[in-house]
Amino acid sequence: MSINAKDVKHIAKLARIELTEGEVEKFEKDLDGILDFVNQLSEVDTSGILPLAGGLKEGLLITLEDGSREDEEIAPFGSPAELVDAAPKKDKGWIEVPSVF
Amino acid sequence: MENLTITKIVSGLKAKKFSCREVVSHYLKNIKGKNEEIRAYLDVFEEEALRQADGIDEKIGAEEIDTTVMGMPIAVKDNILIRGTKTTAGSKILEPYIASYSATVIEKLKHAGAVFLGKTNLDEFAMGSSTENSAFGPTRNPYDLGRVPGGSSGGSAAAVAADLALAALGSDTGGSIRQPASFCGVVGLKPTYGGVSRHGLIAMASSLDQIGPITKTVEDASLLFEAIRGRDRYDATTVETKPFVLDRRGSLRGLKVGVPKEYFGEGLEGDVGARIHQAIAELTRLGAEVQEISLPHARLALPVYYLVMPAEVSANLARFDGIRYGFSIADRCGHSQSRTDAENLYEVYAKTRADGFSAEVKRRIMLGTYALSAGYYDAYYNKAQQVRRLIQEDFKSAFRTVDIIVGPTSPTPAFRLGERTANPLQMYLADIYTVAVNLAGIPALSLPCGTVEREEKNLPVGLQFIGKWFDETTILSAAYTFEQGRKS
Repeated sequence: MSINAKDVKHIAKLARIELTEGEVEKFEKDLDGILDFVNQLSEVDTSGILPLAGGLKEGLLITLEDGSREDEEIAPFGSPAELVDAAPKKDKGWIEVPSVF
Repeated sequence: MENLTITKIVSGLKAKKFSCREVVSHYLKNIKGKNEEIRAYLDVFEEEALRQADGIDEKIGAEEIDTTVMGMPIAVKDNILIRGTKTTAGSKILEPYIASYSATVIEKLKHAGAVFLGKTNLDEFAMGSSTENSAFGPTRNPYDLGRVPGGSSGGSAAAVAADLALAALGSDTGGSIRQPASFCGVVGLKPTYGGVSRHGLIAMASSLDQIGPITKTVEDASLLFEAIRGRDRYDATTVETKPFVLDRRGSLRGLKVGVPKEYFGEGLEGDVGARIHQAIAELTRLGAEVQEISLPHARLALPVYYLVMPAEVSANLARFDGIRYGFSIADRCGHSQSRTDAENLYEVYAKTRADGFSAEVKRRIMLGTYALSAGYYDAYYNKAQQVRRLIQEDFKSAFRTVDIIVGPTSPTPAFRLGERTANPLQMYLADIYTVAVNLAGIPALSLPCGTVEREEKNLPVGLQFIGKWFDETTILSAAYTFEQGRKS
Protein backbone atom coordinates (compact mmCIF):
# COMPACT_ATOMS: atom_id res chain seq x y z
CA MET A 1 0.00 0.00 0.00
CA SER A 2 1.34 3.41 -0.79
CA ILE A 3 0.01 6.88 -0.18
CA ASN A 4 -0.58 9.67 -2.71
CA ALA A 5 -1.04 13.44 -2.55
CA LYS A 6 -4.83 13.10 -2.56
CA ASP A 7 -4.67 10.80 0.51
CA VAL A 8 -2.39 13.26 2.31
CA LYS A 9 -4.82 16.13 1.68
CA HIS A 10 -7.72 13.99 2.89
CA ILE A 11 -5.92 12.96 6.11
CA ALA A 12 -4.84 16.55 6.76
CA LYS A 13 -8.45 17.66 6.46
CA LEU A 14 -9.59 14.94 8.91
CA ALA A 15 -6.77 15.94 11.26
CA ARG A 16 -7.64 19.65 10.98
CA ILE A 17 -4.20 20.72 9.75
CA GLU A 18 -3.85 23.15 6.85
CA LEU A 19 -0.99 22.12 4.56
CA THR A 20 0.89 24.09 1.92
CA GLU A 21 1.54 22.36 -1.44
CA GLY A 22 5.18 21.97 -0.41
CA GLU A 23 4.12 20.24 2.82
CA VAL A 24 1.80 17.88 0.92
CA GLU A 25 4.74 16.78 -1.18
CA LYS A 26 7.06 16.39 1.83
CA PHE A 27 4.54 14.48 3.95
CA GLU A 28 3.64 12.21 1.04
CA LYS A 29 7.28 11.14 0.88
CA ASP A 30 7.72 10.88 4.68
CA LEU A 31 4.48 8.98 5.30
CA ASP A 32 5.17 6.65 2.41
CA GLY A 33 8.56 5.76 3.92
CA ILE A 34 7.07 5.15 7.38
CA LEU A 35 4.16 3.10 5.97
CA ASP A 36 6.65 1.03 4.00
CA PHE A 37 8.51 0.37 7.28
CA VAL A 38 5.38 -0.56 9.30
CA ASN A 39 4.09 -2.74 6.45
CA GLN A 40 6.43 -5.53 7.56
CA LEU A 41 3.65 -6.34 10.05
CA SER A 42 1.53 -7.65 7.17
CA GLU A 43 3.90 -10.64 6.94
CA VAL A 44 3.04 -11.76 10.48
CA ASP A 45 0.36 -14.41 10.87
CA THR A 46 -2.02 -13.00 13.47
CA SER A 47 -5.03 -15.20 12.83
CA GLY A 48 -6.87 -15.83 16.07
CA ILE A 49 -4.73 -13.34 18.03
CA LEU A 50 -6.74 -11.00 20.24
CA PRO A 51 -5.69 -7.34 19.83
CA LEU A 52 -3.99 -5.88 22.92
CA ALA A 53 -5.28 -2.37 23.43
CA GLY A 54 -3.70 -1.32 26.69
CA GLY A 55 -0.51 -1.54 28.69
CA LEU A 56 -2.20 -2.54 31.92
CA LYS A 57 -1.63 -6.03 33.29
CA GLU A 58 -4.63 -8.23 32.66
CA GLY A 59 -7.02 -8.58 35.54
CA LEU A 60 -6.31 -5.08 36.82
CA LEU A 61 -8.52 -3.20 34.44
CA ILE A 62 -12.08 -2.76 35.65
CA THR A 63 -14.30 -4.00 32.85
CA LEU A 64 -18.02 -3.54 32.27
CA GLU A 65 -18.56 -7.16 33.35
CA ASP A 66 -17.31 -6.29 36.84
CA GLY A 67 -20.29 -3.97 37.27
CA SER A 68 -20.07 -0.33 38.15
CA ARG A 69 -17.92 0.99 40.97
CA GLU A 70 -19.26 2.47 44.18
CA ASP A 71 -20.53 6.03 43.93
CA GLU A 72 -17.96 8.53 45.10
CA GLU A 73 -18.47 12.08 46.10
CA ILE A 74 -16.29 14.11 43.77
CA ALA A 75 -15.19 17.54 44.91
CA PRO A 76 -15.80 20.19 42.24
CA PHE A 77 -12.70 21.43 40.38
CA GLY A 78 -11.16 24.10 42.56
CA SER A 79 -10.51 26.83 40.03
CA PRO A 80 -12.87 26.78 37.02
CA ALA A 81 -12.05 30.42 36.27
CA GLU A 82 -8.45 29.39 35.56
CA LEU A 83 -9.63 26.87 32.97
CA VAL A 84 -11.54 29.58 31.13
CA ASP A 85 -8.54 31.86 31.53
CA ALA A 86 -6.41 29.40 29.52
CA ALA A 87 -8.53 30.02 26.43
CA PRO A 88 -7.12 32.56 23.97
CA LYS A 89 -10.47 34.35 23.47
CA LYS A 90 -12.89 34.83 26.32
CA ASP A 91 -15.47 37.28 27.52
CA LYS A 92 -17.01 37.60 31.01
CA GLY A 93 -16.22 34.01 32.02
CA TRP A 94 -17.22 32.50 28.68
CA ILE A 95 -14.97 31.05 25.98
CA GLU A 96 -15.46 32.79 22.62
CA VAL A 97 -15.83 30.56 19.55
CA PRO A 98 -16.50 31.53 15.93
CA SER A 99 -20.03 30.66 14.87
CA VAL A 100 -20.45 27.01 13.95
CA PHE A 101 -22.97 27.50 11.16
CA MET B 1 27.87 20.45 48.17
CA GLU B 2 29.53 18.17 45.60
CA ASN B 3 28.29 14.63 44.90
CA LEU B 4 25.07 15.08 46.81
CA THR B 5 22.44 12.36 46.95
CA ILE B 6 18.96 12.50 48.45
CA THR B 7 20.12 10.48 51.43
CA LYS B 8 23.04 12.88 52.03
CA ILE B 9 20.73 15.90 51.76
CA VAL B 10 18.16 14.48 54.18
CA SER B 11 20.79 13.48 56.76
CA GLY B 12 22.60 16.82 56.34
CA LEU B 13 19.37 18.75 56.84
CA LYS B 14 18.48 16.72 59.93
CA ALA B 15 21.95 17.16 61.44
CA LYS B 16 21.78 20.91 60.63
CA LYS B 17 25.01 20.60 58.61
CA PHE B 18 23.42 22.84 55.99
CA SER B 19 20.04 24.40 55.29
CA CYS B 20 17.65 23.64 52.47
CA ARG B 21 18.20 27.22 51.28
CA GLU B 22 21.93 26.47 50.92
CA VAL B 23 21.23 23.28 48.95
CA VAL B 24 18.79 25.02 46.60
CA SER B 25 21.13 28.04 46.20
CA HIS B 26 23.92 25.64 45.17
CA TYR B 27 21.79 24.29 42.31
CA LEU B 28 20.50 27.72 41.29
CA LYS B 29 24.14 28.86 41.06
CA ASN B 30 24.99 25.87 38.86
CA ILE B 31 22.00 26.63 36.63
CA LYS B 32 23.12 30.26 36.28
CA GLY B 33 26.61 29.15 35.31
CA LYS B 34 25.80 26.38 32.88
CA ASN B 35 22.22 26.50 31.59
CA GLU B 36 23.03 28.99 28.87
CA GLU B 37 25.26 26.50 27.04
CA ILE B 38 23.38 23.28 27.91
CA ARG B 39 19.86 24.71 27.69
CA ALA B 40 18.40 22.02 29.92
CA TYR B 41 15.83 24.37 31.48
CA LEU B 42 13.11 26.33 29.71
CA ASP B 43 12.04 28.06 32.91
CA VAL B 44 13.80 28.42 36.30
CA PHE B 45 11.80 29.15 39.46
CA GLU B 46 14.51 31.09 41.28
CA GLU B 47 12.42 33.00 43.84
CA GLU B 48 9.79 30.33 44.28
CA ALA B 49 12.42 27.61 44.85
CA LEU B 50 14.11 29.67 47.57
CA ARG B 51 10.72 30.42 49.13
CA GLN B 52 9.93 26.68 49.14
CA ALA B 53 13.37 25.98 50.64
CA ASP B 54 12.77 28.45 53.48
CA GLY B 55 9.46 26.74 54.15
CA ILE B 56 11.22 23.36 54.40
CA ASP B 57 13.88 24.81 56.72
CA GLU B 58 11.16 26.15 59.01
CA LYS B 59 9.34 22.82 59.04
CA ILE B 60 12.56 20.95 59.82
CA GLY B 61 13.30 23.43 62.63
CA ALA B 62 9.85 22.81 64.08
CA GLU B 63 10.18 19.03 63.46
CA GLU B 64 7.04 19.07 61.35
CA ILE B 65 8.46 17.12 58.45
CA ASP B 66 10.47 13.91 58.14
CA THR B 67 10.41 12.29 54.70
CA THR B 68 12.96 10.52 52.53
CA VAL B 69 12.86 13.26 49.86
CA MET B 70 12.55 16.43 51.91
CA GLY B 71 14.60 19.31 50.56
CA MET B 72 15.25 17.43 47.32
CA PRO B 73 15.84 19.94 44.48
CA ILE B 74 14.26 18.54 41.35
CA ALA B 75 13.73 19.56 37.75
CA VAL B 76 10.43 18.79 36.03
CA LYS B 77 9.91 17.94 32.37
CA ASP B 78 7.81 20.67 30.77
CA ASN B 79 4.91 18.37 29.91
CA ILE B 80 4.03 17.95 33.62
CA LEU B 81 1.75 20.63 35.06
CA ILE B 82 2.67 22.82 38.02
CA ARG B 83 -0.20 25.15 38.82
CA GLY B 84 0.39 28.81 38.04
CA THR B 85 3.50 28.18 35.91
CA LYS B 86 4.07 27.97 32.18
CA THR B 87 3.78 24.48 30.72
CA THR B 88 4.68 24.42 27.04
CA ALA B 89 5.33 20.72 26.25
CA GLY B 90 8.08 22.18 24.03
CA SER B 91 5.42 23.43 21.60
CA LYS B 92 4.60 26.81 20.14
CA ILE B 93 0.92 25.89 20.42
CA LEU B 94 1.18 25.96 24.24
CA GLU B 95 3.69 28.82 24.54
CA PRO B 96 1.30 31.15 26.43
CA TYR B 97 -0.34 28.37 28.50
CA ILE B 98 -0.35 28.63 32.31
CA ALA B 99 -1.27 25.39 34.13
CA SER B 100 -4.55 25.64 36.05
CA TYR B 101 -3.80 22.65 38.29
CA SER B 102 -0.82 20.55 39.37
CA ALA B 103 -0.08 16.97 38.36
CA THR B 104 -0.58 14.31 41.04
CA VAL B 105 3.18 13.59 41.08
CA ILE B 106 3.81 17.30 41.77
CA GLU B 107 1.26 17.37 44.62
CA LYS B 108 2.83 14.24 46.14
CA LEU B 109 6.36 15.60 45.95
CA LYS B 110 5.35 19.02 47.25
CA HIS B 111 3.66 17.36 50.21
CA ALA B 112 6.82 15.29 50.83
CA GLY B 113 8.95 18.46 50.88
CA ALA B 114 10.69 18.37 47.50
CA VAL B 115 11.67 21.70 45.90
CA PHE B 116 10.99 22.41 42.22
CA LEU B 117 13.87 24.20 40.48
CA GLY B 118 12.25 24.67 37.09
CA LYS B 119 10.88 23.11 33.91
CA THR B 120 13.08 21.22 31.46
CA ASN B 121 13.25 21.09 27.69
CA LEU B 122 11.81 18.22 25.62
CA ASP B 123 10.97 17.23 22.09
CA GLU B 124 7.61 18.80 21.23
CA PHE B 125 4.86 16.86 23.07
CA ALA B 126 7.56 14.30 23.94
CA MET B 127 7.83 13.26 20.29
CA GLY B 128 11.47 12.66 19.51
CA SER B 129 14.68 11.00 20.57
CA SER B 130 17.10 13.93 20.68
CA THR B 131 15.36 17.03 22.19
CA GLU B 132 16.17 18.77 18.89
CA ASN B 133 12.46 18.86 18.09
CA SER B 134 11.65 21.53 20.70
CA ALA B 135 10.06 24.78 19.57
CA PHE B 136 12.52 26.49 21.94
CA GLY B 137 15.77 25.09 20.54
CA PRO B 138 17.79 21.96 21.34
CA THR B 139 19.38 20.90 24.63
CA ARG B 140 23.03 19.87 24.48
CA ASN B 141 24.73 16.82 25.93
CA PRO B 142 26.97 17.80 28.90
CA TYR B 143 29.55 15.18 27.81
CA ASP B 144 29.93 16.78 24.37
CA LEU B 145 28.09 20.01 23.54
CA GLY B 146 28.08 19.06 19.86
CA ARG B 147 25.91 16.04 20.64
CA VAL B 148 22.28 15.51 21.61
CA PRO B 149 21.24 14.53 25.16
CA GLY B 150 18.74 12.01 23.79
CA GLY B 151 15.04 12.48 24.14
CA SER B 152 12.42 13.25 24.67
CA SER B 153 13.30 13.90 28.34
CA GLY B 154 16.66 15.35 27.21
CA GLY B 155 16.40 18.49 29.34
CA SER B 156 15.77 16.44 32.50
CA ALA B 157 18.64 14.01 31.79
CA ALA B 158 21.09 16.81 30.88
CA ALA B 159 20.09 18.79 34.00
CA VAL B 160 20.91 15.83 36.27
CA ALA B 161 24.13 14.94 34.38
CA ALA B 162 25.43 18.53 34.55
CA ASP B 163 24.45 18.85 38.25
CA LEU B 164 21.83 21.50 37.50
CA ALA B 165 19.40 19.43 39.60
CA LEU B 166 19.78 16.58 42.06
CA ALA B 167 17.06 14.62 40.26
CA ALA B 168 14.36 15.12 37.68
CA LEU B 169 11.02 13.85 36.49
CA GLY B 170 10.66 12.63 32.93
CA SER B 171 8.02 10.79 30.94
CA ASP B 172 8.55 7.64 28.88
CA THR B 173 6.25 6.60 26.03
CA GLY B 174 8.75 4.62 23.94
CA GLY B 175 12.05 5.18 25.75
CA SER B 176 11.96 8.90 26.57
CA ILE B 177 13.36 8.43 30.09
CA ARG B 178 15.77 5.53 29.47
CA GLN B 179 17.39 6.63 26.21
CA PRO B 180 18.34 10.17 27.40
CA ALA B 181 19.49 8.66 30.73
CA SER B 182 21.73 6.37 28.68
CA PHE B 183 23.10 9.24 26.53
CA CYS B 184 23.77 11.43 29.59
CA GLY B 185 25.24 8.78 31.92
CA VAL B 186 22.49 8.90 34.55
CA VAL B 187 19.86 6.52 35.95
CA GLY B 188 16.33 6.54 34.47
CA LEU B 189 13.36 4.40 35.48
CA LYS B 190 10.18 3.79 33.49
CA PRO B 191 7.77 2.27 36.01
CA THR B 192 5.15 -0.39 35.24
CA TYR B 193 2.10 0.94 33.37
CA GLY B 194 -0.32 1.86 36.16
CA GLY B 195 2.47 2.38 38.68
CA VAL B 196 2.50 6.19 38.69
CA SER B 197 -0.40 8.59 38.06
CA ARG B 198 -0.36 10.54 34.79
CA HIS B 199 -2.96 13.05 35.99
CA GLY B 200 -1.47 16.39 34.94
CA LEU B 201 0.90 14.90 32.36
CA ILE B 202 0.13 16.26 28.88
CA ALA B 203 -1.01 13.06 27.19
CA MET B 204 0.88 11.73 24.18
CA ALA B 205 -0.06 8.04 23.82
CA SER B 206 -2.21 7.04 26.76
CA SER B 207 -1.70 3.26 26.62
CA LEU B 208 2.08 3.80 26.78
CA ASP B 209 2.85 6.99 28.79
CA GLN B 210 4.47 6.73 32.25
CA ILE B 211 6.15 9.30 34.50
CA GLY B 212 9.40 8.26 36.17
CA PRO B 213 12.59 9.48 37.89
CA ILE B 214 15.93 10.47 36.37
CA THR B 215 18.73 10.56 38.98
CA LYS B 216 22.46 10.18 39.55
CA THR B 217 22.16 6.97 41.59
CA VAL B 218 19.90 3.93 41.74
CA GLU B 219 19.09 4.64 45.37
CA ASP B 220 17.88 8.15 44.51
CA ALA B 221 15.74 6.71 41.70
CA SER B 222 14.16 4.26 44.11
CA LEU B 223 13.40 6.97 46.69
CA LEU B 224 11.90 9.31 44.09
CA PHE B 225 9.85 6.48 42.58
CA GLU B 226 8.63 5.47 46.05
CA ALA B 227 7.49 9.09 46.62
CA ILE B 228 5.37 9.28 43.44
CA ARG B 229 3.96 5.75 42.95
CA GLY B 230 0.49 4.49 43.86
CA ARG B 231 -3.22 4.66 43.18
CA ASP B 232 -4.73 7.97 42.15
CA ARG B 233 -8.45 8.54 41.68
CA TYR B 234 -7.66 10.92 38.80
CA ASP B 235 -5.91 8.21 36.72
CA ALA B 236 -8.06 5.10 36.37
CA THR B 237 -5.13 2.96 35.24
CA THR B 238 -3.23 3.35 38.52
CA VAL B 239 -3.14 0.61 41.12
CA GLU B 240 -1.99 0.56 44.72
CA THR B 241 1.39 -1.13 45.04
CA LYS B 242 3.35 -2.27 48.07
CA PRO B 243 6.14 -0.11 49.49
CA PHE B 244 9.51 -1.58 48.62
CA VAL B 245 13.02 -1.50 49.94
CA LEU B 246 16.25 -2.04 48.06
CA ASP B 247 17.99 -5.34 48.57
CA ARG B 248 21.43 -4.23 49.77
CA ARG B 249 23.04 -7.63 50.32
CA GLY B 250 25.64 -6.89 47.68
CA SER B 251 25.12 -10.19 45.89
CA LEU B 252 23.02 -11.32 42.96
CA ARG B 253 23.10 -14.97 44.02
CA GLY B 254 20.00 -16.76 42.79
CA LEU B 255 18.99 -14.01 40.33
CA LYS B 256 18.17 -15.43 36.89
CA VAL B 257 19.16 -12.99 34.16
CA GLY B 258 18.01 -13.38 30.55
CA VAL B 259 19.99 -11.84 27.69
CA PRO B 260 17.86 -11.59 24.52
CA LYS B 261 19.89 -12.51 21.46
CA GLU B 262 17.71 -10.19 19.34
CA TYR B 263 19.15 -7.16 21.21
CA PHE B 264 22.66 -7.78 19.89
CA GLY B 265 22.01 -7.80 16.15
CA GLU B 266 22.54 -5.41 13.30
CA GLY B 267 22.75 -1.73 14.25
CA LEU B 268 24.39 -2.25 17.65
CA GLU B 269 27.75 -0.48 17.51
CA GLY B 270 30.68 -2.80 18.31
CA ASP B 271 32.16 -1.04 21.32
CA VAL B 272 28.70 -0.39 22.80
CA GLY B 273 28.01 -4.14 22.55
CA ALA B 274 31.40 -4.83 24.18
CA ARG B 275 30.51 -2.60 27.19
CA ILE B 276 27.20 -4.44 27.58
CA HIS B 277 28.95 -7.84 27.46
CA GLN B 278 31.44 -6.63 30.11
CA ALA B 279 28.52 -5.53 32.28
CA ILE B 280 26.85 -8.92 31.85
CA ALA B 281 30.12 -10.63 32.89
CA GLU B 282 30.08 -8.40 35.96
CA LEU B 283 26.53 -9.59 36.80
CA THR B 284 27.82 -13.18 36.64
CA ARG B 285 30.72 -12.27 38.95
CA LEU B 286 28.19 -10.84 41.40
CA GLY B 287 26.42 -14.21 41.50
CA ALA B 288 23.69 -13.92 38.84
CA GLU B 289 22.86 -16.90 36.63
CA VAL B 290 22.99 -15.51 33.10
CA GLN B 291 21.35 -17.31 30.16
CA GLU B 292 20.59 -16.41 26.58
CA ILE B 293 16.89 -16.03 25.80
CA SER B 294 14.85 -15.18 22.74
CA LEU B 295 12.18 -12.50 22.24
CA PRO B 296 11.15 -13.70 18.76
CA HIS B 297 9.00 -10.68 17.89
CA ALA B 298 11.51 -8.05 19.07
CA ARG B 299 12.15 -6.66 15.58
CA LEU B 300 8.41 -5.92 15.20
CA ALA B 301 8.22 -3.66 18.26
CA LEU B 302 9.23 -0.52 16.37
CA PRO B 303 6.71 -0.95 13.49
CA VAL B 304 3.95 -1.72 16.04
CA TYR B 305 4.95 1.35 18.04
CA TYR B 306 4.80 3.59 14.96
CA LEU B 307 1.16 2.66 14.43
CA VAL B 308 -0.15 2.45 18.01
CA MET B 309 1.55 5.63 19.22
CA PRO B 310 0.50 7.91 16.30
CA ALA B 311 -3.08 6.59 16.51
CA GLU B 312 -3.26 7.64 20.17
CA VAL B 313 -1.41 10.90 19.43
CA SER B 314 -3.96 11.82 16.77
CA ALA B 315 -6.75 11.49 19.34
CA ASN B 316 -4.94 13.12 22.28
CA LEU B 317 -3.74 16.16 20.35
CA ALA B 318 -7.19 16.93 18.95
CA ARG B 319 -7.70 19.15 22.00
CA PHE B 320 -5.16 21.68 20.73
CA ASP B 321 -7.63 23.48 18.52
CA GLY B 322 -7.03 27.21 19.00
CA ILE B 323 -10.12 27.44 21.21
CA ARG B 324 -9.15 25.96 24.56
CA TYR B 325 -5.49 26.66 25.25
CA GLY B 326 -2.61 28.90 24.49
CA PHE B 327 -1.78 29.90 20.97
CA SER B 328 -4.57 30.56 18.46
CA ILE B 329 -4.72 31.96 14.99
CA ALA B 330 -8.03 33.56 16.01
CA ASP B 331 -6.00 35.65 18.44
CA ARG B 332 -3.94 37.17 15.69
CA CYS B 333 -6.57 38.13 13.16
CA GLY B 334 -5.69 41.48 11.66
CA HIS B 335 -1.95 41.05 12.29
CA SER B 336 0.39 40.40 9.42
CA GLN B 337 1.23 36.70 9.17
CA SER B 338 2.19 34.01 6.70
CA ARG B 339 -1.20 32.34 6.70
CA THR B 340 -4.39 34.23 5.94
CA ASP B 341 -6.86 35.01 8.70
CA ALA B 342 -9.29 32.34 9.80
CA GLU B 343 -12.79 32.98 8.53
CA ASN B 344 -14.71 30.19 10.23
CA LEU B 345 -14.39 27.57 12.96
CA TYR B 346 -12.75 24.94 10.72
CA GLU B 347 -10.14 27.48 9.68
CA VAL B 348 -9.39 28.42 13.29
CA TYR B 349 -8.63 24.74 13.93
CA ALA B 350 -6.69 24.07 10.74
CA LYS B 351 -4.63 27.26 10.69
CA THR B 352 -3.86 27.20 14.43
CA ARG B 353 -2.62 23.63 14.15
CA ALA B 354 -0.70 24.41 10.95
CA ASP B 355 1.18 27.22 12.68
CA GLY B 356 1.37 25.76 16.19
CA PHE B 357 2.71 22.26 15.52
CA SER B 358 6.13 21.27 14.16
CA ALA B 359 6.57 18.93 11.19
CA GLU B 360 7.19 15.88 13.40
CA VAL B 361 3.98 16.41 15.37
CA LYS B 362 1.99 16.89 12.15
CA ARG B 363 3.60 13.76 10.70
CA ARG B 364 2.55 11.65 13.68
CA ILE B 365 -0.98 13.08 13.85
CA MET B 366 -1.48 12.40 10.15
CA LEU B 367 0.00 8.89 10.36
CA GLY B 368 -2.34 8.09 13.26
CA THR B 369 -5.34 9.61 11.49
CA TYR B 370 -4.54 7.44 8.48
CA ALA B 371 -4.10 4.25 10.55
CA LEU B 372 -7.50 4.82 12.19
CA SER B 373 -9.36 5.95 9.07
CA ALA B 374 -12.09 3.94 7.35
CA GLY B 375 -10.66 1.15 5.23
CA TYR B 376 -7.26 1.11 6.94
CA TYR B 377 -8.19 0.38 10.57
CA ASP B 378 -7.93 -3.40 10.20
CA ALA B 379 -4.81 -3.42 8.07
CA TYR B 380 -2.89 -1.04 10.33
CA TYR B 381 -4.26 -0.29 13.79
CA ASN B 382 -5.89 -3.64 14.54
CA LYS B 383 -2.97 -5.56 13.05
CA ALA B 384 -0.53 -3.59 15.21
CA GLN B 385 -2.55 -4.36 18.36
CA GLN B 386 -2.48 -8.07 17.49
CA VAL B 387 1.30 -8.06 17.06
CA ARG B 388 1.48 -6.04 20.27
CA ARG B 389 0.00 -9.05 22.05
CA LEU B 390 2.67 -11.31 20.52
CA ILE B 391 5.33 -8.93 21.87
CA GLN B 392 3.75 -9.07 25.33
CA GLU B 393 3.60 -12.89 25.11
CA ASP B 394 7.35 -12.95 24.36
CA PHE B 395 8.01 -11.19 27.68
CA LYS B 396 5.54 -13.37 29.60
CA SER B 397 7.19 -16.49 28.29
CA ALA B 398 10.71 -15.15 29.03
CA PHE B 399 9.71 -14.27 32.60
CA ARG B 400 8.71 -17.90 33.20
CA THR B 401 12.41 -18.76 33.16
CA VAL B 402 14.21 -15.54 34.17
CA ASP B 403 13.71 -12.80 36.80
CA ILE B 404 15.05 -9.90 34.78
CA ILE B 405 16.10 -9.21 31.19
CA VAL B 406 19.32 -7.31 30.47
CA GLY B 407 20.60 -5.64 27.31
CA PRO B 408 21.64 -2.30 25.81
CA THR B 409 19.37 0.75 26.23
CA SER B 410 20.40 2.19 22.87
CA PRO B 411 22.40 0.78 19.94
CA THR B 412 24.67 3.85 19.86
CA PRO B 413 26.03 6.50 22.23
CA ALA B 414 24.79 10.12 21.84
CA PHE B 415 24.77 11.18 18.20
CA ARG B 416 25.69 14.60 16.82
CA LEU B 417 23.20 17.47 16.64
CA GLY B 418 21.55 17.48 13.23
CA GLU B 419 22.84 14.01 12.35
CA ARG B 420 19.39 12.37 12.21
CA THR B 421 16.92 15.23 11.79
CA ALA B 422 16.58 14.87 8.02
CA ASN B 423 15.28 11.30 8.09
CA PRO B 424 12.44 10.48 10.52
CA LEU B 425 13.01 6.70 10.29
CA GLN B 426 16.68 7.12 11.21
CA MET B 427 15.59 9.01 14.34
CA TYR B 428 13.00 6.33 15.22
CA LEU B 429 15.72 3.64 15.25
CA ALA B 430 17.22 5.26 18.38
CA ASP B 431 14.36 3.62 20.33
CA ILE B 432 14.75 0.11 18.94
CA TYR B 433 15.50 -1.52 22.35
CA THR B 434 13.12 0.56 24.46
CA VAL B 435 9.67 0.62 22.80
CA ALA B 436 8.75 -3.05 23.39
CA VAL B 437 8.73 -2.42 27.14
CA ASN B 438 6.05 0.29 26.79
CA LEU B 439 3.96 -1.88 24.45
CA ALA B 440 4.01 -4.68 27.04
CA GLY B 441 3.48 -2.32 30.03
CA ILE B 442 6.45 -3.62 32.06
CA PRO B 443 9.04 -1.64 34.06
CA ALA B 444 12.61 -1.00 32.88
CA LEU B 445 15.55 1.19 33.84
CA SER B 446 18.76 2.38 32.31
CA LEU B 447 21.96 2.81 34.29
CA PRO B 448 25.49 3.79 33.23
CA CYS B 449 27.88 0.87 32.52
CA GLY B 450 30.96 2.54 31.06
CA THR B 451 31.92 4.77 28.16
CA VAL B 452 32.96 4.60 24.52
CA GLU B 453 35.17 7.09 22.70
CA ARG B 454 33.86 9.23 19.84
CA GLU B 455 35.95 12.09 18.45
CA GLU B 456 38.20 12.13 21.52
CA LYS B 457 35.28 12.39 23.94
CA ASN B 458 34.16 9.66 26.32
CA LEU B 459 30.43 9.09 25.94
CA PRO B 460 28.28 7.10 28.38
CA VAL B 461 26.70 3.73 27.53
CA GLY B 462 23.47 2.65 29.22
CA LEU B 463 22.59 -0.84 30.42
CA GLN B 464 18.89 -1.69 30.42
CA PHE B 465 17.23 -3.87 33.08
CA ILE B 466 13.69 -5.02 32.22
CA GLY B 467 11.44 -6.47 34.94
CA LYS B 468 8.14 -8.21 35.51
CA TRP B 469 4.89 -6.27 35.98
CA PHE B 470 5.08 -4.23 39.22
CA ASP B 471 8.42 -5.80 40.13
CA GLU B 472 10.46 -2.58 40.22
CA THR B 473 12.05 -3.98 43.39
CA THR B 474 14.02 -6.64 41.52
CA ILE B 475 15.37 -4.40 38.75
CA LEU B 476 16.22 -1.57 41.17
CA SER B 477 17.91 -3.96 43.61
CA ALA B 478 19.91 -5.66 40.85
CA ALA B 479 20.89 -2.24 39.44
CA TYR B 480 21.90 -1.08 42.93
CA THR B 481 24.09 -4.15 43.42
CA PHE B 482 25.70 -3.65 39.99
CA GLU B 483 26.30 0.05 40.70
CA GLN B 484 27.87 -0.63 44.11
CA GLY B 485 29.95 -3.46 42.61
CA ARG B 486 31.43 -1.05 40.07
CA LYS B 487 32.48 1.38 42.80
CA SER B 488 34.45 -1.26 44.76
